[in-house]
Amino acid sequence: ITIGEVKDGPFSTDENKTDRKDVLTYNNFYEFGVSKSDPFKTAHRMKTDPWSVEVVGECEKPGTFSLEDILAPHALEERIYRLRCVEGWSMVIPWIGFPLADLVKRFAPTSKARFVEFETLYDKKQMPGQRRRVLDWPYREGLRMDEAMNPLTLMAVGLYGETLPNQNGAPLRLVVPWKYGFKSIKSIVKIRFRETQPTSSWMKAGPREYGFYSNVNPNVPHPRWSQKRERRIGELRKRKTLMFNGYEEQVAAMYSGMDLKKYF
Amino acid sequence: MQKRILKPLVFLLCLLPVVVLVWQLLTDRLGANPIDEVADATGEWTLRFLLITLMATPIKRLFGWGWMVRVRRMLGIFAFFYATLHLVTYLWLDQFFDWGEIWLDILDRPFITIGMLAFVLLLPLVVTSNNMMMRRLGRNWKRLHRLAYVIPLLGVVHFWWLVKADVLEPLVYGGVLALLLLLRVRRKALTGRVAGENCAS
Repeated sequence: ITIGEVKDGPFSTDENKTDRKDVLTYNNFYEFGVSKSDPFKTAHRMKTDPWSVEVVGECEKPGTFSLEDILAPHALEERIYRLRCVEGWSMVIPWIGFPLADLVKRFAPTSKARFVEFETLYDKKQMPGQRRRVLDWPYREGLRMDEAMNPLTLMAVGLYGETLPNQNGAPLRLVVPWKYGFKSIKSIVKIRFRETQPTSSWMKAGPREYGFYSNVNPNVPHPRWSQKRERRIGELRKRKTLMFNGYEEQVAAMYSGMDLKKYF
Repeated sequence: MQKRILKPLVFLLCLLPVVVLVWQLLTDRLGANPIDEVADATGEWTLRFLLITLMATPIKRLFGWGWMVRVRRMLGIFAFFYATLHLVTYLWLDQFFDWGEIWLDILDRPFITIGMLAFVLLLPLVVTSNNMMMRRLGRNWKRLHRLAYVIPLLGVVHFWWLVKADVLEPLVYGGVLALLLLLRVRRKALTGRVAGENCAS
């Protein structure tokens, strides 16, 4: 896909953007290797054209759609979001995409659809990191329906004014800026509307360490390290991590009355 | 190898990792998160030096090379040197000497607790790594220096508890350590006693 007209979207931060080079070379994308420098080196093996997305489950308009079909009705916008990795580093990235809510509506989810689950491509030939079972492939993530419909939630197809590089999750990835980075699943091939809460790959890998919600929360430490602070890539001193990664105003209401220590 | 050049040569080789690291740091070759890279590299070199130190005796026994035993003390001290760099990286560039936070970290996070413990256990070994202390402590010196087996074990666990999903690297270090320990146990079983010179090898 080529990025044409892009308007400025809402919710953008005016913080300094992370160097484009760092955004393109420092990636957690275990499908291409566990080292953060691996994806930049090996992601060129992934073929993103043609690309299709299968939509299944509790919806009235399931089917298999080409990437072009998926994108056709949506106007692209730029949104500059903070990204906070569960490991304690963060970036500010100018994404290009469209609200996930607009896409979800097209498939007409039924009243039974309470969650939406996503799957990444699973192909050992294109994704050399999948030859080792570091995680339970294919990579899976999920959102509660209201989280998916939240206006902050973005389907991204580009960054820094260009088509999404492979190592950043081409051609179609999720961006959920108030959750730890691993929730923002990359290279999506499947969307499933479900009645029950899906189990993500990271929940399977460490149920005590990675919960379904995985909201950025400085008050709930990872069992093995603190989440109070983060290192913004390009900066020396650490900054304080903000509740919901600074998006409290947009998302806190969805979790009112929930014990966030229990539903981590 | 000439005895006179052995020690200076090994000394320079042992310094090489930190020289390379500083060069990489100054020339911006450590990627987007250089501090993490420094922490990882100094930690891994600590583990490597701890394991290399333990190799001196088996290598002498298996191949008849005695030179490693002659520089073993230096190797051990370099393990401490890299451990210190690793610790300083954490205290300074990770925590910025926020002692309250550091203390909480030690109490709350088992991998930090065990890492700190490993460092603390290194201290008596370094302090007693000279002929005078060896003479003064007599048999207790050997007992004390058996900590050289415990410390890398703590190091491997420290590494294990830190990684997110891929335990391959700590597993490799653990495997090497297990092999080195096994060689000693087998030796002990065969000879029915601990040969004096092997005590802290």
